Amino acid sequence: MSGLVLGIETSCDETGVGLVRIDGNGRVTLLANEIASSVDEHARFGGVVPEVASRAHLQAMVPTVRRAMATAGVRPRDIDAVAVTAGPGLAGALLVGVAAAKAYAAAWDVPLYGVNHLTAHVAVDTVQHGPLPPALALLVSGGHSNLLDVPDLAGRITSIGATIDDAAGEAFDKVARLLGLPFPGGPHIDRMARDGDNAAIAFPRGLTGPRDAPFDFSFSGLKTAVARYVEALERVGRPIPVADVAASFQEAVVDVLTAKAVRAARERGMDTLLLGGGVAANSRLRALAQERCAAAGLALRVPRPALCTDNGAMVAALGAHLLAAGAKPSDLDLPCECVTAF
Amino acid sequence: MLVLAVDTATPAVTAGVVELPPDPAGPARTRAERVAHDARRHGELLMPSVLDACAEADVRLRNLDAIVVGTGPGPFTGLRVGMVTALALADALDVPVHGVCSLDAIAADAAATACGRFLVVTDARRREVYWAAYDEQARRQDGPHVEAPAALVERLSAPAAVAAAGGSAALTGLAVLEPASPSPRGLVTVAAAAVRAGASGAPPQPLYLRRPDAVESRSRKRVSTP
Ligand SMILES: [Zn+2]
Repeated sequence: MSGLVLGIETSCDETGVGLVRIDGNGRVTLLANEIASSVDEHARFGGVVPEVASRAHLQAMVPTVRRAMATAGVRPRDIDAVAVTAGPGLAGALLVGVAAAKAYAAAWDVPLYGVNHLTAHVAVDTVQHGPLPPALALLVSGGHSNLLDVPDLAGRITSIGATIDDAAGEAFDKVARLLGLPFPGGPHIDRMARDGDNAAIAFPRGLTGPRDAPFDFSFSGLKTAVARYVEALERVGRPIPVADVAASFQEAVVDVLTAKAVRAARERGMDTLLLGGGVAANSRLRALAQERCAAAGLALRVPRPALCTDNGAMVAALGAHLLAAGAKPSDLDLPCECVTAF
Repeated sequence: MLVLAVDTATPAVTAGVVELPPDPAGPARTRAERVAHDARRHGELLMPSVLDACAEADVRLRNLDAIVVGTGPGPFTGLRVGMVTALALADALDVPVHGVCSLDAIAADAAATACGRFLVVTDARRREVYWAAYDEQARRQDGPHVEAPAALVERLSAPAAVAAAGGSAALTGLAVLEPASPSPRGLVTVAAAAVRAGASGAPPQPLYLRRPDAVESRSRKRVSTP
């Protein structure tokens, strides 16, 4: 079944609204991907403040829907379904998007699909690269670090590993702060690291021992190691080699991420590795993943950066696959699954 | 005119269809309403309540002429459910949306039994209340404010209010009036002039009365222990 789907994403600090069309062959076309971000309001707090994000979602919700409709040039009666991130994410933030999605779906009298945020990060790749074969997905952002087994977008997706403490993006933010770089830290560390030596400092690789969980991640020990390194230099009044610290820290993160992802894909007999989430915009992560996938004979799929960060198109794309597969829509008493484990 | 009214500023999740006659002297009449009490499930309960009320009133969403929403003050997360639902419905149905102070809506109903000036007091959590003061005709004289009940009671030494309505009215020690939460009719009564005038102006804004809890980070936080 073909159709036009509106997707709403409010799990963190971006109010995202996307519109996609899916044809009878499962090909998804992106028509609009509008984002209102409250990131600047969070910068002075050094991290996302849930209440600030929720307030911004309320202000931005309807204007962002209107912008997406105008960009796509579609009318309300053209829309066949509304999809929304039901979790995981910040409870108060999710609630704004879910309530809005219910209202639009009811008013337009179309089905509502409450979707999983992580699965949506995977689904968005089909907008750029076409139908997805069974794949192993590595999702890394400020809110999550997961390895997912994705046999089929509309089917059963399982998390085979996740961070046991900080998300990868969170570690980037915290280390950026240690180095006096602005929030969000990812892009700044990436840029700074280009001038540094990624082997200058031997930072620890979390959970890589023979008895550790093979597909889980841990970044809090790494963050502490960077803090100790920086503070030790400060105590003796020596300058901090910011570029080397950034490069060595970044290498420690992407080394573990790519090694575990490639191993998981091979163990599970997958031919394809998919990268997603905001940290997938990191240039070193992309390069190392490419290198290791080539060596392992895996196809690597990475959506362009604008599709990797949280957005509405990813939700619309997943909704479109669910609609096409004839999945059962959600009820209008759909709760927010803010504590969903994966 | 057929008006949908929603309010989620109190533990009550309120939705109703109200008929407003074109004659300014004609009172608002409730066609159907749904009031659920679960402060933790505003998001789950509101939209089904809206549809249930519409079904009972035999009204389709697309036949609505306007939407009225309580803008609080109220605990933030719940308050936003009603606000965004009203804003999105209005956008999707292409009808005006009008915001009214939720305390004013309670006052509009309470005025029927108030013999003098009165207060409306609702739960603000964190051991505080939202309150506003009204004259006999439900015209707001003071507020809305958020503060501890003790601070409010101290102000009452001046012989002003004789009664209080709202979910936390009993904390004032004054005679308690109905209702405890806004009714659809109360909401539409407060917005009646705006609804009859038609077009809505700027989108309704929530009355938070409190700033978000957040500390600005100026200096670097030490992560390791020496
Ligand atoms: Zn995400």
